[in-house]
Amino acid sequence: MELSRKKRLSSLLFVVLVLLAALFLVPILIVFLNSFKTKFSIMGSPFKLPTKETFAGFENYVSGVKSAGIAGAFGRSLFITVLSVLVLALLTSMTAWYLVRVKSSVSRLLYNTFLFSMIVPFQMVMYTMTFVVTKLKFNNPVGIIFVYLGFGAGLSVFMLSGFVKSIPLELEEAAEIDGCNPVQKFFMIVFPILKPTAITVTILNAMWIWNDYLLPYLILGTGNKTLPVAIQIAMQGAYGAVNWGGFMAMLVLAILPIIVFYLFCQRYIIEGVIAGAVKG
Amino acid sequence: MLPTLAAFAAFFIVPFIMGIYLSFNKFTTVSNAEWIGFGNYAKAFSNSDFLRALGFTSLFTVVSVITVNLFAFLLALALTSAVRGKNVFRTIFFMPNLIGGIVLGYIWNLIINGVLANFGVDISYSAKYGFWGLVVLTNWQLIGYMMVIYIAGLQNIPRDLHEAAEIDGATRFQTLKNVTVPMLMSSITICTFLTLTNSFKLFDQNLALTAGAPARKTAMLALDIYNTFYGRAGWQGVGQAKAVIFFLIVALIAFAQLKITSSREVES
Repeated sequence: MELSRKKRLSSLLFVVLVLLAALFLVPILIVFLNSFKTKFSIMGSPFKLPTKETFAGFENYVSGVKSAGIAGAFGRSLFITVLSVLVLALLTSMTAWYLVRVKSSVSRLLYNTFLFSMIVPFQMVMYTMTFVVTKLKFNNPVGIIFVYLGFGAGLSVFMLSGFVKSIPLELEEAAEIDGCNPVQKFFMIVFPILKPTAITVTILNAMWIWNDYLLPYLILGTGNKTLPVAIQIAMQGAYGAVNWGGFMAMLVLAILPIIVFYLFCQRYIIEGVIAGAVKG
Repeated sequence: MLPTLAAFAAFFIVPFIMGIYLSFNKFTTVSNAEWIGFGNYAKAFSNSDFLRALGFTSLFTVVSVITVNLFAFLLALALTSAVRGKNVFRTIFFMPNLIGGIVLGYIWNLIINGVLANFGVDISYSAKYGFWGLVVLTNWQLIGYMMVIYIAGLQNIPRDLHEAAEIDGATRFQTLKNVTVPMLMSSITICTFLTLTNSFKLFDQNLALTAGAPARKTAMLALDIYNTFYGRAGWQGVGQAKAVIFFLIVALIAFAQLKITSSREVES
């Protein structure tokens, strides 16, 4: 009696969850479906399925990619994201290791400044940062990698140093006795142990940099646009003559890679979220 | 080590200090700054766009924090019970979080305008549409993320506590209120803090969904600061002053959160 009631409750819950899951997926699905409709059948009736008259095949993808320079933007986003997260993972690991191992008032001050940078909103520094970046001529797709190093250092150093503290000092001392110099010690002992945390940090950074809009817009402008910048420009720069079909195709191209990435590395992403929450 | 410090100093520390200094100056480019004391702050506080953005942002933040956390908590409870397909559900609910703010904004712009088209209007018709549009968007984006944190918290509660409550004859609601919620306090603090700062600092979504329409009534603080900097010649100093005020509010929230968390840790 009690058991069957529990069972019924659980099936009811299941049905509710299925409906909710559908509700969560529908917005993505709508964009996907509309990317296959002709451009005049999107606005006004975005909820209609493509019919024989309104089905456009891959035409939107062809026109969208051609007109807005999306292929270049896609490649640029990929280049900036991949290199930035690699540079961040390697260099902030070293920084975290140094700050934890060298105990001085300077290293403590530096660590606290890194922490502090995490709570400063971007608007506080956006104008002056753009000025400095332009003055130093870092306003290009390679230079922006170092801007991301500066901005991402706070969270990365914070999460990594929490982990460095748990590495037994004996390991490093043993390596020293065996004749390792500091560089060898870092690459052969410290970094391999840090790897799981470095992967977590890398995933959090990748999601941030791939989707970032304002920083690349201010620094690279419209000449070297990344994918989010290209999307914003396609919408705002067109003055009423938006190619809705091409626009839908662009949205799909921005969403698809990150969803595929998610489906493959889901375990790491979820772990990253939990680790980030516990530490943050 | 050194490249990190150089990048951090050049792109964060120096701009931060310059930002504070410039908020007391009148300037159009950084090089023609002229000291005017608190003039920019006086202008910021008497600027109706800024005050309206502050009100809009605060109201939006309160509504979002409550709705996101309530739904995320309920979903986490559902997904830690004996229901089928937990992993698939978790995967789906988390998915919107991966999509960038600009893209999120345009997805919902399309959907909301599609619905409103039936009534012959669009999202820029009334500030109410923009407000609730942003709330729905933020819920869609953040619920899955907070849900994951709540699930981790729920799984950390020792089983014997629930069993003890059951033996003592507690009802389901009593167990929830007296065992689950107190044991989950650290997750609740973290999620509240994350939704609070995320909603308060919202920019991309705001820009893509409404861009402030109608007549800047749905512009949040971050967007208002952006507009002051880049949309109004001679007002850069005021923009910087607004940014300092914005920073102080965010810092205050973070500081309060830190205090609350550490006092709770002493208790447990």
